[in-house]
Amino acid sequence: MEKLQQAFQYLIPLFIFFTIAYGFAKKTPVYESFVTGAKEGINIIIGIFPYVLAIFIMVKTFQASGAHDFFKGVFAAATGPLGLPPEVFSIGLVKPMSNAAALGIFTEILKTHGPDSLTSSIAAVIMGSAETTFYVIAVYLGAVGIRKSRYLVPVCLTADLVGIMVAVIVVRMLF
Amino acid sequence: MNVIWMVLVCLSVLFAAVSGRIDEFTKALFEAGKAAVEVCMFLVGIVSLWLGLTKILEDCGVIYKMSNFFRPVMSLLFRNIPPGHPAITNITLNLLANVLGIGNAATPLGIKAMEDLQKLNPKPDTVSFEMMLFIVINTASVQLIPFTVIGLLASYGSQNPNRIMLPTFIATVISAVTAVGILLLYKKIYDRKG
Repeated sequence: MEKLQQAFQYLIPLFIFFTIAYGFAKKTPVYESFVTGAKEGINIIIGIFPYVLAIFIMVKTFQASGAHDFFKGVFAAATGPLGLPPEVFSIGLVKPMSNAAALGIFTEILKTHGPDSLTSSIAAVIMGSAETTFYVIAVYLGAVGIRKSRYLVPVCLTADLVGIMVAVIVVRMLF
Repeated sequence: MNVIWMVLVCLSVLFAAVSGRIDEFTKALFEAGKAAVEVCMFLVGIVSLWLGLTKILEDCGVIYKMSNFFRPVMSLLFRNIPPGHPAITNITLNLLANVLGIGNAATPLGIKAMEDLQKLNPKPDTVSFEMMLFIVINTASVQLIPFTVIGLLASYGSQNPNRIMLPTFIATVISAVTAVGILLLYKKIYDRKG
């Protein structure tokens, strides 16, 4: 496992090396391509900024008003026996609906628990392995005008739930 | 999202009023604005970097090469699609774009794949099994390199942000396989019901 963990450390540098070298070999103008692609970044962030702001207002005021402390006790009673940090619960709840919202909660967890804590690691794995399910369903079914989705939504929700449990178990086993 | 947001914000105002923390509430409001700007500043760098890199992959046509390699696997999963039908190609391309994190390319390819699947669909207003299979795999399989998450971990001072890559990869693979299993299970239950 240790070896595998180390091998994954090389993934990003190797990915960058492969991308640029292969692109160059294929006579792609790598520099121009990079710049063209990177230009999109700021537009995407401008697009998600209002969502992130909305989530931060919700989270921060919730904490400051004392409501957070009150409900934390309730949540802890529910998730405590499973060994789940209550924050993990909220990120699992929000991620299928909105990526920007989940990002807001994720950074809040990083800030309060520290980036190397178990809670942050579990949250990071959920962030990386779960999709914005509802968005995908809405866009893809909407694109071809399908109204009857049969058992698609329950399947996706069950799968999301299993995914979150898997994330918690894997992190517990590896760290 | 509408209801959740409304309920939580209003709840906070009420709680703040009852517990005499109105001052803190107002302060938190401005802190939220500051924090949102900070996070987005980090994200601009991370996301732009990733989009720049994946644009190179897109321009040099590497996903088309890879799709030839993965198409046989997909044909095995989508048995009801006639071989050589464009749906298989678009499904493979979409999943690859997802795995590589080329989000911009993934959505149009996914919509194209859905249009192809719709042509094979006997009941146009109802979702077909192949469509469900496609969407389930799509939502369960995510980026090979969770770049944004690693970038954020690094921004907040993690000693070793890379270490979450292996667990993320394992979690993704396990959840993708179980997701298909769950779909098949539901299909069995529903087919029995008629």
